[in-house]
Amino acid sequence: MKRILEWFDAHLGIREAVLPLLKHPIPKGAAGPMGWWYVFGSASMTMLAVQILTGIALSLVFVPSADNAYESLLYLNFDQPLGWFVRALHYYAGSGMVVMVLLHMAQVFLQGSYKYPRELTWVLGVFLLLCTLGMFFTGQVLRWDPDAYWGVAVGASMTGRVPFLGPYLVHLLLGGPTIGGDTLSRFFDLHVFIIPGALLFFLAVHLWLVLKRGVSEPPVPGQVVDPNTYNAHYEKELQNGVPFLGMPMLRDAIVSALAVIAVVVLAAVIGPKGPSGPPDPTLSGANPRPEWPFLWLFALLSLSPPAAETFIMLIFPVVLIVVLFLVPFVSRRGERAPSRRPVAVLSVLVILTTLGVLTYEGVAAPWSPKMTAWSGDPVPKHLLEKRSPRQMQGAAVLQIKQCRNCHALEGVGGQRGPDLTAVGGHMTRDQLIDQISNGTPGGGNMPAFGKQMTPAEMDALVDFLTTLRGRGQPVASTGTR
Amino acid sequence: MTHPSMPSQPERRTFFHWLTYLASVAAAALLGVPLVAFLLGALRRKEAEWVRLGPVKDFPQGQTRMVTFDNPLRQPWDGMTAHTGVFVCYLGKDNNQKDQFRVLAVNCAHLGCPVSWFPRSGLFMCPCHGGVYYENGERASGPPPRGLFPCVWRVTEDGKLEVQAPHYPSLQDTLRNPTKV
Repeated sequence: MKRILEWFDAHLGIREAVLPLLKHPIPKGAAGPMGWWYVFGSASMTMLAVQILTGIALSLVFVPSADNAYESLLYLNFDQPLGWFVRALHYYAGSGMVVMVLLHMAQVFLQGSYKYPRELTWVLGVFLLLCTLGMFFTGQVLRWDPDAYWGVAVGASMTGRVPFLGPYLVHLLLGGPTIGGDTLSRFFDLHVFIIPGALLFFLAVHLWLVLKRGVSEPPVPGQVVDPNTYNAHYEKELQNGVPFLGMPMLRDAIVSALAVIAVVVLAAVIGPKGPSGPPDPTLSGANPRPEWPFLWLFALLSLSPPAAETFIMLIFPVVLIVVLFLVPFVSRRGERAPSRRPVAVLSVLVILTTLGVLTYEGVAAPWSPKMTAWSGDPVPKHLLEKRSPRQMQGAAVLQIKQCRNCHALEGVGGQRGPDLTAVGGHMTRDQLIDQISNGTPGGGNMPAFGKQMTPAEMDALVDFLTTLRGRGQPVASTGTR
Repeated sequence: MTHPSMPSQPERRTFFHWLTYLASVAAAALLGVPLVAFLLGALRRKEAEWVRLGPVKDFPQGQTRMVTFDNPLRQPWDGMTAHTGVFVCYLGKDNNQKDQFRVLAVNCAHLGCPVSWFPRSGLFMCPCHGGVYYENGERASGPPPRGLFPCVWRVTEDGKLEVQAPHYPSLQDTLRNPTKV
């Protein structure tokens, strides 16, 4: 057996070619306990490997055709042995890849590893981040359900705002005048050929650079990066270096194995995501939401004033990406230790907090009306106790005029407008009539209901609303009363 | 490299250089132009197609209702994705005794999500960012920069309402253009 292997190696020269790569020396510090910070890159790659395997498996059954994609997803979920598991694993390993890439990026940023001579490595990393997010977005579209359909619609509407070229870009994106078979084929192409091709190319260059420029040594406060002296310093580091093959590789392997176990358990316990329903655009009740890596952008768009919207859709992402590319060129030298780089640490904290808060808002989506609240969330019983018939009628008006889609009572209902549980305590009858009839001045957030209800309905509604007050709270009054 | 007895060698080499460049450029163009043209096929304008929605008398005056049909701009393999809905309201006859309709696309003018019609409050509401429109399609509140997109319609001589098959409408590519009716 050994002789057979040696015969192959004598011809192929694998050992000669690969062993030096695996044994490349890394700085001693990176092989010590600080090495635990260096595991996220290889964990991202492991997640990518899981994605490639599960992706190939799924493509054996999934039909990238608008009339059969949904059926084939149902088949995967319910008929294909372990189809549900592979679908779930593809989703959670993809999510894990985004998480690992972000952790890797944060570590490299915080420890200043992107500085000279590793600027290009960072730039390739940004390309890899964009590819990863691109895979997530295009992958969501392949889950050919209403979320996919309307997600593409939102993307097309944003694209349509590009000055002059908008309409052409929309048709190029959709593959024709409508969302349909050509659209799905396009996103399948992007997800299976174009983006993975780019991703693997960028990854190869990224790894090449890691080998050529070496793994950065753990930062030491006071030890500044100077492009004139750094290479000599790094060479000295490598003289006491440790081969990667050994402890450092084991550390990577342990974390990668744990990551795989984590996504496998998640997939097995939670199961596959969607499809949420048939991709029929005439079905009512569509409530499209982007996938979790894009919820922050969804929230940002929803919370921004309409005047700034087109800017945030079209310019802001470009600015963000350019800033990411520029990081290693703006801060090319100097301190690497986080303890000496308060601005860098603060930036990471601010960015993470912002993304976290926006994502939380994106999940709650208080700006979205609750389309079923008017029929599904009744007026709480005790708000109807001891009310006159007319006030009761007003409560009915509140429901049938869909007020509850935007206004909650005791926290139940839409969150777009204010909760009305105590509105009678701070708005007078006249103010209420004015607000309901005219809406928010200048076409803000509340439509004008003046022509949408009869005077009798208005009277009854306002009668009811003035009874909505906290315990012991007096009727609202203006100063002149 | 050049041999003194062969003075024509460098010239031949230069010629071969240029020939290689030229052949490569020609090959790249022959390969690239058809491929790019193939990709731009998505921009091809299809001829306006009319969809019959039904006899005028089937639409009660002043009532907005959703009418669904298979969009003829579809690919044969579009499946249920080709289903398309429009909001139709019969407005009665104008002074020339011509039937008047209001036909609106379901796509919110903000980001294209499907609006729902609520007859009791006479409003269209969008589930995404809370855009609201009045029954006539005008913007009532929320982030949309304009009203709902009106579709192009006509009434045939035998009294049937027809609508021009809608493409995906966006702010600079509404359903009014490019065909004038």
